[in-house]
Parts: sequence; structure tokens; C-alpha cells
Amino acid sequence: MNSCEMILAGFGGQGILFAGKMLAYAAMLRNRHLSWLPSYGPEMRGGTANCHVIISDDPVGSPIILKPDIMVAMNRPSLDKFEDEVVPGGMIFVDSSLIDRRVKRTDVEAVYINATETADKAGRKTLANMVMLGAVIEKTGLFSTDEMKETIIKSIPAKKAALAAPNIEAVEMGAEYIRKNK
Amino acid sequence: MGEKVLMKGNEAIGEAAIRSGCRHFFGYPITPQTELSAYMAKKMPKIGGTFLQAESEVAAINMVYGAAAAGMRAMTSSSSPGISLKSEGISYIAAGDLPAVIVNIMRGGPGLGGIQPAQSDYFQATKGGGHGDYHLIVLAPNGVQELANLTADAFNITDKYRIPVMLLGDGTIGQMMEPVDFDDIPKPVRYEKPWAVTGTNNERSANCVKTLYLTPSELEDKVVERYNRYEIVKEELQRYEAHDTEDADIIISAYGITSRVAETAVKKLRAEGIKAGIIRPITLWPFPEKIYKQVHPKAFLAVEMSMGQMVEDIRLACECRVPVYFTGRTGGIIPTPDEIIAKVKEIAGEVCPNE
Amino acid sequence: MNKVIFEKPRALGDKPLHYCAGCSHGIVHRLVCEVLDELELTGRAVCVEPVGCSVTADEYFNFDVVQAAHGRAPAVATGIKRSLPGNIVFTYQGDGDLAAIGTAETVHAAARGENITVIFINNTIYGMTGGQMAPTSLPGQVTQTSPYGRDTKTQGYPVKVCEMLSTLDGPSFIARCAVDSVPHIKEAKKAIKKAFEYQCGGRGLSFVEILSTCPTNWGMPPLEAVERLRTEMIPYYPLGVYKDEKGAE
Repeated sequence: MNSCEMILAGFGGQGILFAGKMLAYAAMLRNRHLSWLPSYGPEMRGGTANCHVIISDDPVGSPIILKPDIMVAMNRPSLDKFEDEVVPGGMIFVDSSLIDRRVKRTDVEAVYINATETADKAGRKTLANMVMLGAVIEKTGLFSTDEMKETIIKSIPAKKAALAAPNIEAVEMGAEYIRKNK
Repeated sequence: MGEKVLMKGNEAIGEAAIRSGCRHFFGYPITPQTELSAYMAKKMPKIGGTFLQAESEVAAINMVYGAAAAGMRAMTSSSSPGISLKSEGISYIAAGDLPAVIVNIMRGGPGLGGIQPAQSDYFQATKGGGHGDYHLIVLAPNGVQELANLTADAFNITDKYRIPVMLLGDGTIGQMMEPVDFDDIPKPVRYEKPWAVTGTNNERSANCVKTLYLTPSELEDKVVERYNRYEIVKEELQRYEAHDTEDADIIISAYGITSRVAETAVKKLRAEGIKAGIIRPITLWPFPEKIYKQVHPKAFLAVEMSMGQMVEDIRLACECRVPVYFTGRTGGIIPTPDEIIAKVKEIAGEVCPNE
Repeated sequence: MNKVIFEKPRALGDKPLHYCAGCSHGIVHRLVCEVLDELELTGRAVCVEPVGCSVTADEYFNFDVVQAAHGRAPAVATGIKRSLPGNIVFTYQGDGDLAAIGTAETVHAAARGENITVIFINNTIYGMTGGQMAPTSLPGQVTQTSPYGRDTKTQGYPVKVCEMLSTLDGPSFIARCAVDSVPHIKEAKKAIKKAFEYQCGGRGLSFVEILSTCPTNWGMPPLEAVERLRTEMIPYYPLGVYKDEKGAE
């Protein structure tokens, strides 16, 4: 059984839930089993938001992730909260432009991406989430950038089609960052 | 098979309801079910349906009562505290023998409680909630596809038996996204509603939907007739999913999201050689008591996100032939597979001492 | 040759009314039925009856009726009207039902401009339960639950529903009438007719308050009750049209 359990976390408004949704959507398009579970409630308003994404070859049991294989942290509280939960041998993706500390664990692979800064420089201030997403798929091999490109195009409603291009561009920036820093 | 779409549970209820011919939705905002109202607000005007945000849950359920009396497929949704407010209207809908679908996406209680997922409204849903001798049919889905399927079923069932149906989910089921295929959901079945108040058109005698009977024997007859119908429902509608029960020493019982945690626990227990099985009730009322009489474990374990409510129905269903244990979390906390596994091992120590 | 010059409206059934001697319900039932017949609306009518003395009004009417929970009639009527926009939907409510327990439903149906008609029987008392203080009981009025007279310091002031609702944009027609005299009864019928006509025109909520008597619970003979209505109620609750959106068609 091949299964991947991911927690993506950050401030409300950073697009964490959307990035998770793109992973879930990509899995659906490839006919894999999946679940996407968001945190909800007042904590969404400027507090921390997170979502649990499970992608699996078998039907998903509990959608609640206790020990993620992959953790994406887009702010310091998220890293503090979830670092210890990651399975040994797992991966932690850190937005190093917003988080001022390193990963303490030595039994996981830490990947640092200055996603927010990269997005800012490209004039895509709000797309740090997609830069992170690009880095995650490139690093893990979960999906190719072409597959993610297709996902973004299919998932964005026709009325908002113009939003696809910048999102795809941001994903490519993240993937490129991983390729360069291998 | 049609095309799969990725949808939140709450939205899937809305889409399935619309596909089932529901054109009247009356809501009031409350976390964690609000996406359903928002979905209906967006869709209903485009298909000539009614979405109305009422002034209160009390008003919303009474609008459902009115629309149902007029013969429409009508629905309202809320979460725990809102369902308490709707309970008055639910009692009237049951008393009026009106078909209606009520959604409860449960959160922690009592009082305002919390907003995280819970299953502590089991008693309220299955034993009454409102006043008087009545039952709701209660359906408990454990995933988004099943949520869509049971929404479609709910409209057919409520029209068939003239008993209101409650879809009982929790915050997790409502909020999570999974792929769902709407071509898979049951097709609407049309039932004639000669009792509906549609105006006599000067062609028939007047219809009246009422719940007051000042002559006790008349009220008794009404209630007894309804209970006869409940017996038919108990015979025809018990639904559950069960596996690994044949040789099981301990059978876990859980519904809704908790059943998925229990599934994970059962897999791990079996891998360790512990004979655990699972019964997942899909209808909470009627409770699927038949299956509990057919299996022969050394003990049952109810797992719930409450202080233990369904556990009482399991005791009744198995007629206390074997011990029925309980484990769970409440207040908005979801039990973990490890907690369940630990409890099963503890029980195994008591009921299988020599193994 | 004999000619029929007076008969029972077709909308009204044959069952004798159970109301007390001197109670106004009989008059208002009849007015509503006459209007429905005259406008040829009886076959399309759906009434929502309240909890109160008229809770069994369905037994007297030859049209469809739904019985609502106490105070919820406007919400129930909303559900019906949204389902059957071509039908004529009206609530028939007393003062406890409409102005106490059902205040929220009343105000919000009015605010939405729900295209229904509300017939409001104001007799300043809870009749069905045997004469308790109502939201419309007058200052000083003696009832079972205001045995020393309604004390406005502790029991507050009566709710003037027409005045209150006429501040809203939703309603199309609001009038207060009385059934204490032939001219007033004629006025009341005119108002009821107009209310239903406005609903037919899709203009939004139409509302007719009818000052009524309850001799039994007021503890006086019918004629005295009519006198009380005239001398005590009308001065506090002035008759008239409070809102009429003539140009809204």
C-alpha cells in the first residue's frame, strides 16, 4: 500500500487550504483515493489554519492525520505545533522567509524554501502557497509540474480562468527552486 | 459511472438534495454546517428553487413544515445548538406525518459547547429531542459519497413513510472533501401526496395538516397508527456495514467519522492477531438490532465522540448476552486508533483471559 | 317569486362554531369567508391557523388549513407561499400568538414583505388558556396573571403592532379595524378584501388587525364587552389604515 499523509499549516489567508485542495484534486484526477480535511472556525481568521491531506492507493480510513509523512509550515506557530508529530524519515517544508528558526529534529528531512520572498519578488505576493506547493511536488515526486498545471486549470472555474496562469507560474518557481538547490 | 468531483461534505448534501428534487431550503447560519446554506443560496435561485435565510432556526424548521405541508421536498440544516431550537418544529412535523429532511452536522455540547466535531446528539436524534411519542429516521454517513447517497435516500424514505428523516453527520464529515460521483446516488422516487394543502381548487374536500387532537382516544389512535408504521420501518430499513465479525472476540461498533478511526484500529489489531471486528450502523433509528443478534463475540465495544450514548442501544440489541464496553472522547476531540486499540486489548484481557 | 338575498358563504362549512356568546371570532371567520368567495379565491386558499381559541378553525372552513405551532404561523405560511406562489395564503392569529411568542416570525415575515395576508385578532387577552395577560392587555387591565391590573412599571406596556410594523418597508397594507358596530364591520370587510387583493397583486405582506371582544374572559356580558372595546380599546388602538402602498403594483 502506498499512502502519503500531509499536514499543511500556516496563517489563515495564506492559501494553505487551497494548496492542500490542489494536492487532493490532483490525486482525484489520477484516480487515487484521497481525503482533505480542513481546520475550521474562528481560528481561521488570522490565526493558524491547517489541512490534512491523505493520498493513497487504498480507500482512506480516518481522514485525521496524527503522524504526517510530510509537514508544510508557513509560519512559526505551525512548525512549533507539528514538528514533533512528523514520522521519523518524514519531511518538513519550511517557508524560511517567515520562519526564523531551523527544524530541530534530526530524523526528518528539512527543506527550506523562501517562498514568500520568492513570490513577492515575482510580484505574486499572495502566491507563496503555490510556490510551496511546487516545491513539495518536485521534492516528493507526488505529482509532476505538468500534472499540477492540469489540475490548476481544471479546478479553477471558467469565470476565474485568468487566475490559472499566475498560480502555475508560482508552482513552477517552487519546483525550480528545488531543482536549483539539489 | 459519471465524473467525480471534489466536494466538501456539506456541499455534497446540497447537490444531492437538489438532484433529488429538493427545491425548498430554509437555513440559519451556524458552524460547522454553513457551507450547505451557502451552496443552496448559490444554486437555488438558478433552478427556480427557494433558498431562504430565516430569522431563526425556529422559523426555518417551521418554513420546512409549511413547504412539506404544501407537498414539497423541503430541507433545513443546522448544528447541535440549532437542532435544539428546531426540536419544537420537528415534533410538529412528525405529528403532522410530514416528509422532511433535517441535517445535523454535530458539534460539541451541551450549551454552546464547541465547534469541533462531536456525536453527542445521538440521544436527541434517536430518542426524541422534541416532545411526545415519535421517532425520526436517522441516517449516519461516514464519508462524502455516502453523505450524497444518503441525502438522496433520505428524500425517498421520508416521502415513502411520511416520517421525517435526520441526516446525522459531524463537523469532520461536513467539512472534509472527498471525490463524489453524483451519477451514483439513488434516483428520486415520486410519491403521490393527496394530503397536501395545495388549495381545493373547488374540486375536493378541504385538506388539513394538524397536530391537535382534543379527544384523547383520537390522539391515541393517531400515535398508535404512527407506531405501526415505525414497526414496518424497523423491519424494512435497518442498515449497517459489518466485517470481520465471524470469528471476532471483540466487535467494535461505531458510526460516522468514528467508524473510520475504528476501521484503522481493526486493521492494526488483526495484523497483531487480535480477533476484532466491526459493525457500523448506518441507520441509527431504526437501530440495526438484527445484526447484533446474529453475531457471537465475547464482548462489544462502542466507540463514540460522546460520553457513551449508542452504547445503550447496543446493550439492548444484544440483549446483554455479553458485556458492552465503551470508549470515546467528547467535547470536539476525535478518538485515535491507538486509544481504541488499547481499550480492545484491555477488554481482551478480561474476556479472553487464556488467549 | 322568492329570491335568496342572504346566505352563508360557500367557504364557510356547516359545523356550528364553538366560540362563546359575544366572541368576535364568528364575525371575522365569516368576513374572511365572504371575501374569499367574492374574490373567487376559496379554491386557492390555504389558511394557517394559530394556537389559541381559533386553533380548530379548520373545522369550519371549506378550504385547506395547516395548524401551526404557537406563534409560528407566519413562518409556516412563508414555507407554503414559497412552495405555492399561485395560492392565497393567510394566517389567522391571536394577540398572544402573534405579538408575544411569535413576535420574531411576525416582524420578519413583514420585513421580508412575504406575499401573505395576516389576520390579527386583538382581544387583549389569552382566551384559550382562560384569561391571562396578553402583550396587548391595556394598562390597568385585570386578568388572571395581572390580578391587580396590568402594572406598566413591572409588566410593561401593550404592543401596538400596526404602528410597529408600519415602520417597515416590506408590508404593502396595514390596517386596524374593529367589529363592534355595523359600520366598523363593513370597514373591516373592506380592509380584509383589500389585503387579499394586494396578495393577488403580489405586493407583499398585507396585515389587518381586528379589535375583538372576549366577554367570557373579560368577565362581562357581550354588550358590555362591545362597550369596553369602544371606550377603552379604540382610544388606545386607533382605527385606520397605517400603510397603503397604492402605487406598488
